[in-house]
Amino acid sequence: MNMLVCVKQVPDTTEIKIDPVKNTLIREGVPSIVNPFDGYALEAAARIKDKDPSAKIVVLSMGPEQAKAALKECLAIAADKAYLVSDRAFGGSDTLATSYIISETIKKVEELEGKFDVIFCGKQAIDGDTAQVGPEIAEHLNYPQVTYGLEAEVDGDVIKVKKEVEEGVEVIAAKMPAVVTFTKPAWDPRYPTIKRKMAANRAEIPTLTAADLPTIDLTHAGLKGSPTKVKKTFVPQKKTGGVKIKEETAEDSAKKLFQLLSDASII
Amino acid sequence: MEAKTKDLWVFVETNEDGTAKNVGIELLTPGKMMAGKQGGALVAVVIGSNVDAAVKAASEHGADKVIVVDGPEYAHYTTDAYTIALCTLVEKYGPTSMLIGATNNGRDLGPRVSCRLHTGLTADCTALDVDEESGNVAWTRPAFGGNLMATILCPDHRPQIGTVRPGVFKKSDAGEAKAEIIKEDIHVDAADIRTQVLELIKEADGENVDLEGAEIIVSGGRGVGGPEGFEPVKALADALGATVGASRAAVDAGWIAHAHQVGQTGKTVGPKLYIACGISGAIQHVAGMSGSDCIVAINKDPEAPIFDIADYGVVGNLFEVLPVLTEEVKKARA
Ligand SMILES: Cc1cc2nc3c(=O)[nH]c(=O)nc-3n(C[C@H](O)[C@H](O)[C@H](O)COP(=O)(O)OP(=O)(O)OC[C@H]3O[C@@H](n4cnc5c(N)ncnc54)[C@H](O)[C@@H]3O)c2cc1C
Ligand SMILES: Cc1cc2nc3c(=O)[nH]c(=O)nc-3n(C[C@H](O)[C@H](O)[C@H](O)COP(=O)(O)OP(=O)(O)OC[C@H]3O[C@@H](n4cnc5c(N)ncnc54)[C@H](O)[C@@H]3O)c2cc1C
Repeated sequence: MNMLVCVKQVPDTTEIKIDPVKNTLIREGVPSIVNPFDGYALEAAARIKDKDPSAKIVVLSMGPEQAKAALKECLAIAADKAYLVSDRAFGGSDTLATSYIISETIKKVEELEGKFDVIFCGKQAIDGDTAQVGPEIAEHLNYPQVTYGLEAEVDGDVIKVKKEVEEGVEVIAAKMPAVVTFTKPAWDPRYPTIKRKMAANRAEIPTLTAADLPTIDLTHAGLKGSPTKVKKTFVPQKKTGGVKIKEETAEDSAKKLFQLLSDASII
Repeated sequence: MEAKTKDLWVFVETNEDGTAKNVGIELLTPGKMMAGKQGGALVAVVIGSNVDAAVKAASEHGADKVIVVDGPEYAHYTTDAYTIALCTLVEKYGPTSMLIGATNNGRDLGPRVSCRLHTGLTADCTALDVDEESGNVAWTRPAFGGNLMATILCPDHRPQIGTVRPGVFKKSDAGEAKAEIIKEDIHVDAADIRTQVLELIKEADGENVDLEGAEIIVSGGRGVGGPEGFEPVKALADALGATVGASRAAVDAGWIAHAHQVGQTGKTVGPKLYIACGISGAIQHVAGMSGSDCIVAINKDPEAPIFDIADYGVVGNLFEVLPVLTEEVKKARA
């Protein structure tokens, strides 16, 4: 079993503050973390490896040199090997371009690590928030996909995925090779051990660049190769609070709320 | 690809019983406005099995044309069958723009289709317009967990596609069904569908949690204190015919199943009424429910951020407020 997990380094969006004067995001001082959903994808791979210790987990990230910190964290948790793909020509890529570059990189990494049976992604990155890169990688590689995975299990040449749906959980079988994207399961991902952490700190992480990807068509990469263009960004206007209800007793408050809602024909 | 027409398409997702999902019908409302500005027709695309009800709904809510693909292979959503059908249609008719509801299936299908067509896709939009100068769709969407909004254009590729959040737009009133109905025979070989549903494990409590389609949602958070704390929440929901939602704190504590979770890592909802009980209003929760028409918050902390976005905020103990409110609702409906 040969598994690839795609990992994005993201700013911890729960720590982002708004500059009240300029009305922009303050990114300075915001810690960079492994995208939490990618942590769930890594955990799903690690659980497969728990059952089959001969399995291999490779992690891949596209991003600047600093993204190696995220890859090291994955090595400390469960990954066996890590690759970074980085090139100025890739800057400003939208999801179509990002997924194209990643799928071209996967072909290159497969020359070194063997063909991957599964490619795991997070459901979405908490910064871009699009949830598009996983399915687009699947399309570029012409693989089947399962999104919103909670848990995965290998059964012969099939990957069985528990997928979150409106009515509950569906068990979906996909022929491998396949792409699976993961959402938050009921359990927490494992922590790194001290031993693995030390090994991860020493690990050499190779950086691939455009020059290492012989079949890449750079007109499909970067800002120029991206069909979507961000025209402007702005901080959302806060809705101002509405009617506050605080009567003598909770009972009176409840009655007043009911009155207001029925007067407004809301209930 | 090049657009062959100025038409705007709305993908109308269907339920397994052949009815339309709400969001598809909702999207006909902005679709009409945008098709008008772009000088094309509003076309609804319905894919499913035995979908007469969905076709009728699209026709009654403003579509000029409805393109229908009906077949047993579409009864249950699969990425492969739906991608083949939708891409075949786009290649044949060449619309200039397409809206897809940002449900789980819509967000599974959208990227697959846009990638196959080599065009841009804007994710999970909450506002739509047509850019005055260029005539392109101006897609506006939240990113960074709701902290930032971005307006995105797709100037040089067609069709320009976006997924759009459920609950942001309102259904128009039903009118006369007078759309032209176009039936397309597209069949997908079983061998080309590479995934298979083996089983559906229903929610433990046996109910369907259709948060995205709900008109009223009553949600509980950490403030309910435990699994039994959901009892008054459920009682109010029952009285109102509402669906029960939850914050992540309540889900993570194991008090209620994750299918009930509203927010960035749960469902995005847009009911007419959202009642948040014992929920503080963290940005990741708000990201999933701020599109609600009317927000009511019940919280004992007058400083809780949920009050900033609530239309009606009750400062008080939910265990005292909810039973009285439930009684009032029951009395009024008796
Ligand atoms: C404000 C804003 C809005 C944007 N809106 C859009 C839009 O609507 N449409 C669009 O096409 N682009 C958009 N972009 C560009 C988009 O954010 C980038 O292309 C980004 O690199 C990938 O998208 P994402 O962060 O949404 O990832 P997602 O698609 O949410 O990521 C899903 C998964 O793919 C994998 N993955 C994603 N990126 C990487 C990576 N760099 N390395 C390794 N694995 C990765 C991870 O497993 C991740 O969990 C926007 C950018 C900004 C700043
Ligand atoms: C990447 C990421 C994704 C996330 N995704 C989500 C998501 O999808 N959905 C989500 O909800 N959260 C999400 N979160 C978590 C979010 O940040 C908050 O931690 C969570 O929403 C808090 O839930 P809460 O409001 O129920 O709990 P708390 O913040 O603890 O608030 C409890 C509230 O209950 C009130 N209260 C207590 N007792 C009573 C009483 N008797 N009567 C009335 N009020 C009472 C308190 O005053 C308090 O305001 C995410 C976080 C991260 C980092």
